[in-house]
Amino acid sequence: MMAMMMGVAMGDIVDKTCKQTPDYSLCLSLLRSDPRSSSADTVGLGLILVDKIKALGTETLGQINMAYKTKPMLKKPLDECNLRYKTIVDVDVHTAIIAIRGNPKFAEGAIVDAGVEASVCEGGFPKGQSPITGLTQKMNKICDVTRAIVRMLL
Amino acid sequence: MASSDALLPISAREEDPLLSDGSRSDPNAETHGRRRPVKGLLAVSFGLFFIAFYVALIATHDGSRSNDVKIESDGTATTVSRAHLAGVSEKSNDQLWKLSGDRNTVAFSWNNSMLSWQRTAFHFQPEQNWMNDPNGPLFYKGWYHFFYQYNPNAAVWGDIVWGHAVSKDLIHWVHLPLAMVADQWYDANGVWTGSATFLEDGSIVMLYTGSTDKSVQVQNLAYPEDLNDPLLLKWVKFPGNPVLVPPPGILPKDFRDPTTAWKTSAGKWRITIGSKINRTGISLVYDTTDFKTYEKLETLLHKVPNTGMWECVDFYPVSKTLVKGLDTSVNGPDVKHIVKASMDDTRIDHYAIGTYFDSNGTWTPDDPTIDVGISTSLRYDYGKFYASKTFYDQNKGRRILWGWIGESDSESADVQKGWSSLQGIPRTVVLDTKTGKNLVQWPVEEVKSLRLSSKKFDMEVGPGSLVHIDVGSAAQLDIEAEFEIKKESLDKILGDASATEEFSCQKSGGSTVRGALGPFGFSVLAHESLSEQTPVYFYVAKGKDSKLTTFFCADSSRSSFANDVVKPIYGSSVPVLKGEKLTMRILVDHSIVEAFGQGGRTCITSRVYPTKAIYGAAKLFLFNNAIDATITASFKVWQMNSAFIQPYSEEAVRALSRT
Repeated sequence: MMAMMMGVAMGDIVDKTCKQTPDYSLCLSLLRSDPRSSSADTVGLGLILVDKIKALGTETLGQINMAYKTKPMLKKPLDECNLRYKTIVDVDVHTAIIAIRGNPKFAEGAIVDAGVEASVCEGGFPKGQSPITGLTQKMNKICDVTRAIVRMLL
Repeated sequence: MASSDALLPISAREEDPLLSDGSRSDPNAETHGRRRPVKGLLAVSFGLFFIAFYVALIATHDGSRSNDVKIESDGTATTVSRAHLAGVSEKSNDQLWKLSGDRNTVAFSWNNSMLSWQRTAFHFQPEQNWMNDPNGPLFYKGWYHFFYQYNPNAAVWGDIVWGHAVSKDLIHWVHLPLAMVADQWYDANGVWTGSATFLEDGSIVMLYTGSTDKSVQVQNLAYPEDLNDPLLLKWVKFPGNPVLVPPPGILPKDFRDPTTAWKTSAGKWRITIGSKINRTGISLVYDTTDFKTYEKLETLLHKVPNTGMWECVDFYPVSKTLVKGLDTSVNGPDVKHIVKASMDDTRIDHYAIGTYFDSNGTWTPDDPTIDVGISTSLRYDYGKFYASKTFYDQNKGRRILWGWIGESDSESADVQKGWSSLQGIPRTVVLDTKTGKNLVQWPVEEVKSLRLSSKKFDMEVGPGSLVHIDVGSAAQLDIEAEFEIKKESLDKILGDASATEEFSCQKSGGSTVRGALGPFGFSVLAHESLSEQTPVYFYVAKGKDSKLTTFFCADSSRSSFANDVVKPIYGSSVPVLKGEKLTMRILVDHSIVEAFGQGGRTCITSRVYPTKAIYGAAKLFLFNNAIDATITASFKVWQMNSAFIQPYSEEAVRALSRT
């Protein structure tokens, strides 16, 4: 009973936090899908979302790889996307993780950059021909939400 | 003129000599009476299409403008292909990135030629990797020392240690080995920002913030291992560190960047450290006699609600009457004190002028309406400039300002090019003895030693003019210019009661929007086609009270085709006193442009990343985009040499010692 009440109380932190982000329902679904969110502070919630960015980035890299075979005429923009998404997964995510604990403004910069890299990648395809539009749009939305949470740490 | 343009189609607004694609449409197509009704109907629907298109563009652009409308011969309009990121809001530094939906771009990629051009020739930067805040600058035994936040492992923030370099003249540097690394529990997560203090016996103490193994922010003491070594190569950390930990009521991550200490009238040393309580930015005060034990004062140096965390606080005296620097401990009736802080929320450095009360360690601003950190309060620089720090140069009796100039490009590019960030050219700082209300900054005199050949120009430039200034290579320049608006032009505007307007550099659309008395200035790093360019200019606006206000702006919105860089329009009003001509100085050094208006009353640093206006293709233009005013321009342009910043070697040190 106590645990349940505690669970509800902790869940409220997720609710309160998500209300201060640009996409409340996305924020809720991302955080609640991770069991760590019920006992996390703001730093913890931020880290959960950075994990989501990493997972989405990795998934997108997989799709980019497959697209080389199915859409070989898009090699050039796919190469650019490969570079950009590698930056997201290897660089931005890493910087965000270390900075969130110590100096959150650098985490904010890394998360904003992740959104830029995704947008630039998407923008490189001729109109309507991107094989990853849904994924880049999702990346931008997650970055917006994550950024809002990181700004709460400033 | 600018203010009445709100409802005109884009084509009418942008009829100016600076448009690269030379697109012209007849702005009067729908207003002049046309005899042939078919043509009139076409023109009207054409005009309506434009209005709708313009509205759509505004909706997706968050206030940035795309100047890329091109009219085809069949009357339809297409956008010149260019992906376009919405501009940065100046107030909150809120970098909201959105790609324009309407473009048919070719995928843009950075190549090594473009990227390697971006490295500067005479600005301080390490050979590679990431840099941020300036640390502990000082002059000792003939050498200027510069330390800085550095990542030895990557071109992004992380693994922060203290880099080190020395120079005889603040311009020609040689890199030295790292001064301090993260080798203690109390700085395991970062050897962060700090400041140097000279003791009476001439020795040096360094106070710096360590991020502990638990990411708690503490203050630590360090000092040179060997004071006989003019290069101060090795530093010793006090075994009793940390000397300060977050006090009660202060969160463990809100306690950093200790200042240089100053002597109180009671004979103690005093420092201040920025922090926050909820959303109120504050500066804590501590007294010490030995830099090892401290007493915290009950009072704060100052606080300002709603400004958030104060980073890199700086506190120093300025003379009210003399144009020189003062040692940090100086106090007296002829002195004002500056409180400066870097606002974590907005990444903007703000300062205010005020009075220091030594008896209780407090400070009050002369003008509370522009108190430190309020969005309208004064800034050292209206562009990209953060975490700045001054030091007293006892060698030449001046106070010198260093500022961290970060990149405005993507991390992909930083990783690809292998480095990130610059320091601004060091500037002297004094109180403006003429206005008494602002500081004046100017590049240190020693930068002139880089001047090579020069060309002098005197010209009268009519409204709507663009003049190519042939100076040969145009990526490393020092420009000093004086402008005057012809009296007849001024009289005409002053006499016209209706010609009032509101203007702001950020919101008034950039250098292509023409006003009665501006914009006019230089376009640097410009391609001959003007497809890429960075205008730096004055804009004189007549306000409702019939007074003229002069604005000084730097417009990077068309500086590059690249779609992954920030391209803001920066600037501010600049005080111009009676009888003064309008003056500007511009230092161009590849991907950095530093502009100084009215002798340094308003300064703007911009980072730009042209893709075509590079190497031999970078040109300089003078322009006058005013509608009514003819201006006279008198200016000199110098080619600037490289500073040849050297990696560490005894040879390089010897070579510099001989200068």
